[in-house]
Amino acid sequence: MYIFSVNHYIEVLPLLLEGLQFTLLITFVGVFLGFVLGAIFGLMRISKNKIVYGIATVYIEVVRGTPLLAQIFFIYFGLPDLLGVSLDKLTASILAIALNAGAYIAEIVRGSVESVEDGQREAGRSLGLSSSQTMRYIIWPQALKRMIPPLGNQFIISLKDTSLFSAIAVTDILYQGRQYASGTFTYFEPYLMVCAMYLIITIPSMVILRRYERRLEKK
Amino acid sequence: MIEVKDLRKSFGETEVLKGLSTTIYEKEVVCVIGPSGSGKSTFLRCLNLLEEVTSGHVLIDGTDLTDSSTDINDIRSKVGMVFQHFNLFPHMSVLQNVTIAPQKVKGLSKQEAEDAALPLLEKVGLADKANTYPTSLSGGQKQRVAIARALAMNPNVMLFDEPTSALDPELVGDVLEVMKDLAHEGMTMVVVTHEMGFAKEVGDRVFFIDEGIFMEEGSPEQLFDDPQHERTQSFLSKVL
Repeated sequence: MYIFSVNHYIEVLPLLLEGLQFTLLITFVGVFLGFVLGAIFGLMRISKNKIVYGIATVYIEVVRGTPLLAQIFFIYFGLPDLLGVSLDKLTASILAIALNAGAYIAEIVRGSVESVEDGQREAGRSLGLSSSQTMRYIIWPQALKRMIPPLGNQFIISLKDTSLFSAIAVTDILYQGRQYASGTFTYFEPYLMVCAMYLIITIPSMVILRRYERRLEKK
Repeated sequence: MIEVKDLRKSFGETEVLKGLSTTIYEKEVVCVIGPSGSGKSTFLRCLNLLEEVTSGHVLIDGTDLTDSSTDINDIRSKVGMVFQHFNLFPHMSVLQNVTIAPQKVKGLSKQEAEDAALPLLEKVGLADKANTYPTSLSGGQKQRVAIARALAMNPNVMLFDEPTSALDPELVGDVLEVMKDLAHEGMTMVVVTHEMGFAKEVGDRVFFIDEGIFMEEGSPEQLFDDPQHERTQSFLSKVL
């Protein structure tokens, strides 16, 4: 059994570490932009203005109703036809994660904001704060705390989702592992290491999240 | 001065307030009593437009709240409100609770707002709690912070929506004490309450609301000792 041939584990590691950089870059920038999008569209979903609400709803439903792999193909191969300029792989990947996570985060934002008791809004407004001041100083800070656990989950989901971008040859963790595998005709070691790479990020994230959640519950 | 003219409020099909009219004068303490579901809280919440008015008018110092050109934030900043469940801001310290509105609405600096807040906390007996968070306060302390928070805007009128209903009995006294002090200082107050003792002692006038109308109003002596309306009599016989 060559499972124990340590060489393969060692040889694939630098490749995977290189891939890790891309995976993390796409995830962090993508989820950050996704949070910005999610905050905007999430607040639009609470709006009483039907047009504003409608725009946000269409965005969220379209993104949530289509697979991410189709979205990245559409953005990377499809959009250049329309725009006449092609996007590089990294930009397309970040854009895809941002748009995708943004839709899910919008629902997280909406849910968290709506979970803040109405008495808070009433107290703010009764003091003379405008509705946007009430949102900014009273509702949002409380909602933000409640958002953190589901946002952490979304971060983990998006991190794993980036592996789909190996389909457009983004040199992420999975792509690097596959390259090694097809070059050496060994499969067990590189793919085991690929999985381990993801777990190195996801398990600590989950532990931190659970701790935070427990602390939140105690309050 | 608050003038209420034929105030009506419906929730969907249900008419909760069926044409209320009254005038509440400066420095007057008006207590509103009535059975639950009678519309007394809704009436109070219409006075700062936390409830949208279905028809009729509410004028505060001559400004019509129901007029769409009225700056409602400006009116609200002059009408303090105290809620049954306190509604303190849990992510802010006691001092921040009291200083946020003066800073953001009146544009005071943090220092100015804090200088104004400390005497108010002193007044409600909680100066030593300035830097604690609401979660570590008792209900009575929370409500006194809520009163200080409302007072920090220097309101002309204070509205109290069952301020002691959510409190343990032994904590009610401290809150009522603070309210009595306010009344003696000449604050105009509208108090929805189940505390008949307070209404008797501090109220200048008592309104009895039932089924969305003012069934009876009068001085505490008139209303409590010699109620005219049968509904008032039956309500008082249950609560006194």
